[in-house]
Amino acid sequence: MNHTIWTRPFYYVFAFLIASISIYPILLMILSSFKTSAEIFTSPLSLPKTFNLDTYRNLLEMIPFTTYFMNSVFVSVVSVLLILITSSLAAFYIARFTFVWNNIIFFFFLMGMMLPIKLGIVPLFILMKDLNLLNSLWSLIFMYVATGIPLSILILTGFFRTMPRELEEAARIDGAGNLRILWNVVLPLMRPALGTVMIIQFIQSWNDFFFPLIFITDDLKKTIPVGMLSLFGEYSADWGALFAGLTLASLPMIVLFFIASKQFMEGLTQGAIK
Amino acid sequence: MKPATNSNSVVKMKKERNWKRWTIHLFPIPALLIYGLFIVYPLFAALTYSFFDWKGIVRGEFVGLKNFKDLFTLEPFSGLFWNAFGHNILYFVLQMIFQNGLAFILAYIIYKKVKGSEFLKIAYFLPRLLSVIVVGFLWKLILNPNYGALNVILEKIGLEQLQKAWLGDPDTALISIILVNCWYGIGFGVLIFLAGLQSIPKELFEAGKLDGADGLSMIRKIVLPLMVPSFMIMTVLTFIQSFEAFELVYAMQGSQGEPYHSTDTLAIYFYRLAFGGSAGGSTTAVGLGSALAVVLFLFISFFTALYLRYMQKKQVDM
Repeated sequence: MNHTIWTRPFYYVFAFLIASISIYPILLMILSSFKTSAEIFTSPLSLPKTFNLDTYRNLLEMIPFTTYFMNSVFVSVVSVLLILITSSLAAFYIARFTFVWNNIIFFFFLMGMMLPIKLGIVPLFILMKDLNLLNSLWSLIFMYVATGIPLSILILTGFFRTMPRELEEAARIDGAGNLRILWNVVLPLMRPALGTVMIIQFIQSWNDFFFPLIFITDDLKKTIPVGMLSLFGEYSADWGALFAGLTLASLPMIVLFFIASKQFMEGLTQGAIK
Repeated sequence: MKPATNSNSVVKMKKERNWKRWTIHLFPIPALLIYGLFIVYPLFAALTYSFFDWKGIVRGEFVGLKNFKDLFTLEPFSGLFWNAFGHNILYFVLQMIFQNGLAFILAYIIYKKVKGSEFLKIAYFLPRLLSVIVVGFLWKLILNPNYGALNVILEKIGLEQLQKAWLGDPDTALISIILVNCWYGIGFGVLIFLAGLQSIPKELFEAGKLDGADGLSMIRKIVLPLMVPSFMIMTVLTFIQSFEAFELVYAMQGSQGEPYHSTDTLAIYFYRLAFGGSAGGSTTAVGLGSALAVVLFLFISFFTALYLRYMQKKQVDM
């Protein structure tokens, strides 16, 4: 018992020290976004003198942020929807039927979690070119759906397997088809698992910048992360606007996180633990 | 009453049921198609690309293993390869120590029920929500030698002698990037380890206490063995991530691995070969790039599989 007396305070100091290192840069980013560049250069650590929004106004004049934002929303929402649809269909098939090839299909999908897809980027680039999808938001959507499918199928299949079959069988006796059973009976019970998949995949597609870096060059087709790349490329001297851009890029995710922090943390780790 | 129509409708129902039974096989098709076309096919294609000569993105003759030979024997390619490879190893080792080691300690502290543990979890996790490009750019500003917050803070607390051009100096550039990566990933590690700790049955600790075990031997004898699955997950994920390291390096130092290739990783080098900018020029070397991709792919898969097998065996032995 003796040593807990001195280890406790040490625990606290250590844990909160690291926590402040985690938070401080983000706080600095948000606070600096209200400062002019001159103010940042002369007193980088102090609080902003006034909370004026000039930097944000400047930023919106420099880059088509609203366009980036709408592109990001479109890509993320459509990707997540398509992932939910394709993965629940496949997971239902894998978990609820016992065809001989089911295990092979399941393994085939699971393999995808270990595959470093970025190494296939040259063939992907040529493929997108042949499909006429370069500079199209659909190139991104297809990539996020394809990379999202393995983990989503793993999570959903695991959840399907824990669910009792009685309701489905009752519906089947009533003459309902598979699609109807999946849509009306099974999916409503799957909400927690679907929520997990939604959160993981939304973060992935919202934050990714590798695929748009390769596939998108048209400024009006850029998502927020690659938009940041052009902002920093062209206006690297205007630190106020840079911080404002970084803050705007991160704000939607941070707000969503504070609305559902528990689901976020559980969601992102669940995939790895299973 | 009407036997004829009745048997007719039975046949119809049977047909319908057969149709319905058959449609179930359509269910996995969309996922298989998208996954097959955009994940499996490109990786196979990359393998075949590595056996050909390339002019830009137009495929030339079949050259067998020449690209692989060039990658390992021809300068500057082989020098750049081993240089980048070493950086990837350093990436992995430092992440294991500073990200996963620290994450385990923090998870253990939270597990010991300090006050404010919810706050701590959220704080550690917060950076993980940012896009990697935002993380890279934010830290690039913080590490700026003239106006960056880090050097200003060092000055304020009287440690001027530690001030540095963190990203401009070949000695500190790569290490800075790796530590930023740890900053980004630590919260995820904390949550994984915490989930592992929470799955340890409480009775074991009580039994340990009765046997007179103190804190440290409790950790060694009870916690560590039961945490093997969590360590396994984190090691494999960190390994894959370290050898694929691209986005953060690109955001902070661009595709040239500046300064003087001191931040080159294999994925950055691969990007240069595939999309231009290798050896200073804008010529692409798709053949060499594909050969590099294949080597990296085999390396990652081989060690991941080996490690998973070894750990599984070890777990069974215990």
